[in-house]
Amino acid sequence: MDETAEWLHFRAAIDGKIIEPTAAAAVAPSRSPTPMPKLPPEPKSSEITPPALHARRREFLRTGALYVASSAGVAVGLSQLSGLGSADPPRRPPPMAPPAPGAAAWKVERSRFQLDEPPTPYEDVTTYNNYYELGLSKSAPAEQAFHLAPRPWTLRVTGLVATPRTVDIDTLIRWFGLEERVYRMRCVEAWSMVIPWVGFSLAALIGRLAPLSSARYVAFTTLFDPEQLPNQNSRVLRWPYVEGLRLDEATHPLAFMALGLYGAPLPGQNGAPLRLVVPWKYGFKGIKSIVELAFTEHEPPSTWNRAAPDEYGFYANVNPKVDHPRWSQASERRIGELTRRPTLPFNGYAAEVAHLYRDMDLSRSF
Amino acid sequence: MAASSRHAYLSPGIVTGWLIALGQLAYRLATHRLGANPIATAINQLGLLALVLLVASLSATPLKLTLGWTWPLRARRTLGLLAFFSALLHFLVYLGPDQGFDVSAVAADIRKRSFIFVSFFALVLLVPLAWTSSKQAVQRLTYGVWQRLHRLVYAVAVLACLHFYLRVKADHTQPLIYASLVLAGFAIRLVAWRWKARVKRARSAVE
Repeated sequence: MDETAEWLHFRAAIDGKIIEPTAAAAVAPSRSPTPMPKLPPEPKSSEITPPALHARRREFLRTGALYVASSAGVAVGLSQLSGLGSADPPRRPPPMAPPAPGAAAWKVERSRFQLDEPPTPYEDVTTYNNYYELGLSKSAPAEQAFHLAPRPWTLRVTGLVATPRTVDIDTLIRWFGLEERVYRMRCVEAWSMVIPWVGFSLAALIGRLAPLSSARYVAFTTLFDPEQLPNQNSRVLRWPYVEGLRLDEATHPLAFMALGLYGAPLPGQNGAPLRLVVPWKYGFKGIKSIVELAFTEHEPPSTWNRAAPDEYGFYANVNPKVDHPRWSQASERRIGELTRRPTLPFNGYAAEVAHLYRDMDLSRSF
Repeated sequence: MAASSRHAYLSPGIVTGWLIALGQLAYRLATHRLGANPIATAINQLGLLALVLLVASLSATPLKLTLGWTWPLRARRTLGLLAFFSALLHFLVYLGPDQGFDVSAVAADIRKRSFIFVSFFALVLLVPLAWTSSKQAVQRLTYGVWQRLHRLVYAVAVLACLHFYLRVKADHTQPLIYASLVLAGFAIRLVAWRWKARVKRARSAVE
């Protein structure tokens, strides 16, 4: 049976019918002839469902169901696979930890180290972290930080020092008090933050510990405890994490031992309870959760330098002219901003620290 | 209806699923759910999306050779095209939102960074493949020429895995998983090809 012929027959029947004039035309008849209301255009023969297909409703429904199921499956699969290993939605920042019983008074003084630039929001500072001991993605450290207990905590002082000893962290707070310093933080991955740290000057600590005159470097070591830092079970880096500074760098007024940020004790993911902050160097120099400080005569090893010596130097000074082999260091993304900004030599602290490297070729000692 | 339309749902389903995945990424970007560095996250996710689709499209032949499945072959063209569009988006987000359309910085990156160079080369190689993906193109080029041209996709897969491997800082687990899937596919093809050649030789010896 020819459907088109059937349709034409149907059309003819409609066309033969008298069509009622519109209401308006009936009330106010005009001289011009009433326009014929238009019929919908004839459907193309291709649009008419062939009866053979119309009869196959079941197959149509089956195909439709499979289409919906495969769409959903592909959507979930692609989202899951492509989302692996990257930042998850930020979680609520952890509540500020209450002071532990017997802890030193947490009283923070304002310091002269301030910046005009607005600080990066607390939520970003505490959910976008590189702390491989707590996980490899940016969000994992915040999720795994509950494993890390910041008290009791002691710092071992070893190496070329008059009296090697172990100092409790609350003793350190009583010795030096706490001050707030707002520093830029430039990650080697070409992003940056502005962070209000709480802590004390590393120079003050070194002065009190009295290293021997033969000491030329300071070496730091992170806690090694896979119970508290679960990803130390993986072999992605050599644990524990170690870092070091030349003694003149470590005693520079900008070098800082941080115990807190935004006025409160450090969350685990930011390196609780004690970390290094060297604002003119890339962030990976800022070793976290420090348990040992040693004075040495020779340049101590540093973790990333040991892992990839052609990519991460011992000095790791922020330098827009010396590219990382795999990306440019000329510009950076300030977290929370959309456009990139140029990276400043020594992360904007050149006036204070450039003299430390006067006689060095910084493209070789990177 | 012919047997070929038994899988009529497959390609539209894959395209819809891809659009949903992209829509979800766009929604998370717009609602600040991609973390503190959303542009970097979006670039990473688009790159992985392209790699997943590329590996999926390259799995059709090994699946046919080992398990006898032919339905993945029907999705191969769609998967390959979506891999190309994902890779293009991956590049465009890097070019635009990330680098602010600073073409000289991007050109310097491509020239100087091996991981970016190999991926840019892979993207360039994908262009003629996407361009000649239609049935008409197969007829125009003749099947033999078309097939030889499309073997470039093997090079693209190697370059894409290399790009991922070189990009990662310390944990190479994921790049190695994708690389081993690609290599397993190559091994299956090679074994099947040698087996076929041996059968052919044996036959000609009999004759």
